[in-house]
Amino acid sequence: MVMDRKIRVIMAKLGLDIHWRGVYLVSQFLRDAGMEVIYLGNKFPEQIVEAAVEEDADVVGLSTLGGNHLTLGPKVVELLKEKGLENVRVFMGGVIPPKHIPVLKEKGIYEVYGPDTPMEVIINGIRESVQVN
Amino acid sequence: MEEIDRLIEKSLEGEKLATARLISMVERGDERASYILRKVYPHSGKAYYIGVTGPPGAGKSTLVDRLVKLFCVNDYSVGVIGVDPCSPFTGGALLGDRVRMNIKHKEWDVFFRSMSAGRVMGGLAKTTKEASRILDASGRKIIIIETVGVGQSELDIAQATDTVLVVLVPESGDSVQVMKAGLMEIADVFVVNKADRPGAENIALSIQGMLDRSLRKREWKPPIFLTSASLNKGLDQLYDGVWSHYRHLHHDCRLETRRKAQLKNELRQLIEAQFSEVIWRNIINNSKLEELVEDVWEQKIDPQTIARKIVREQLRDTFENNTVG
Repeated sequence: MVMDRKIRVIMAKLGLDIHWRGVYLVSQFLRDAGMEVIYLGNKFPEQIVEAAVEEDADVVGLSTLGGNHLTLGPKVVELLKEKGLENVRVFMGGVIPPKHIPVLKEKGIYEVYGPDTPMEVIINGIRESVQVN
Repeated sequence: MEEIDRLIEKSLEGEKLATARLISMVERGDERASYILRKVYPHSGKAYYIGVTGPPGAGKSTLVDRLVKLFCVNDYSVGVIGVDPCSPFTGGALLGDRVRMNIKHKEWDVFFRSMSAGRVMGGLAKTTKEASRILDASGRKIIIIETVGVGQSELDIAQATDTVLVVLVPESGDSVQVMKAGLMEIADVFVVNKADRPGAENIALSIQGMLDRSLRKREWKPPIFLTSASLNKGLDQLYDGVWSHYRHLHHDCRLETRRKAQLKNELRQLIEAQFSEVIWRNIINNSKLEELVEDVWEQKIDPQTIARKIVREQLRDTFENNTVG
């Protein structure tokens, strides 16, 4: 058999955030970069982590433009740890004030990407994070 | 104990994370895949397998979500595999079957897995059957498999499940579409979803007409259900209809007959796959093939003859070597 290792990425809109364009765009680019993107739509941390378990995800990507990033983002990291999935990297993207980025990283978010991030940066960031594992 | 044995044991006890890991290994063609499948197989075969197929946009995912709920409130543990298409160019995929799922994880026992179809026709991924066996062995009582939904090529689902639901919508076409072969023939249960839209009764009548006129001998006449999954209409009737097919299968060894026919088909495919692997590894490679192309191109020989010749020579060599050894 041929080993065929595709990076599996969970993509979700965090909580009740309605903004969809960003997460669609990133999901499509990751798909075109050869990854398997499991798109969840709007989901809360518990559902996102359950999906990460069942889908055996490498990476979780959270889109947030609604101001819930400081509460719900770290919650995902915490629940992943509870399930024994500390190796799953959590990325966040959207509208996040720069001063909150260190706070999020402190709480275990692997990387935060703002609206002007070039796509290659995101793709490479995800690829490298999985190799580190 | 080896790590892999521990994983298998945990999965058999129903642990989700272990089950997810095993499915990934099998899906990726990990070197331990055949070991996993060998260990898991004796524990499989207890679940009831349901396939859901139909054209894109028919509402398959929403329908699956509602069926999962009905099975769960009736205390069944459920495993779902949602297959979505894969890009032929990059191998990447956007798997969206989970979007419609609203699983109450704390109350219900559901395991949902998304799979990329890979470069395979037929509506399922290469390892969908294997993944469903792992879920089965992990103690899930109901396995639901949702196909890619390309249209008329979704025939593999009938090879992988006990009951096939073909989901259509009022816009699925006129009576000529309904008479076309393929998808319509694998249905054990028909669902006309989005039945709140105009035309639902018409397509139900067309299906009914097709079934009434059919010369095929049937022990089971597929029932037709009108549903509006997103409005929660017609779902209890559909749920009962699915179980009535289950009861039908449990008379006169029908389930055994169906599953044995599937196994025969699976074995044939696996043997062919192994053969072709051996052929490509040991007998012919790409550069040899290109040499042959030149001969055919110059019309020294025709393609059929050359293919027959290669196989014949190879089989003779193999047999002679074996006799000597």
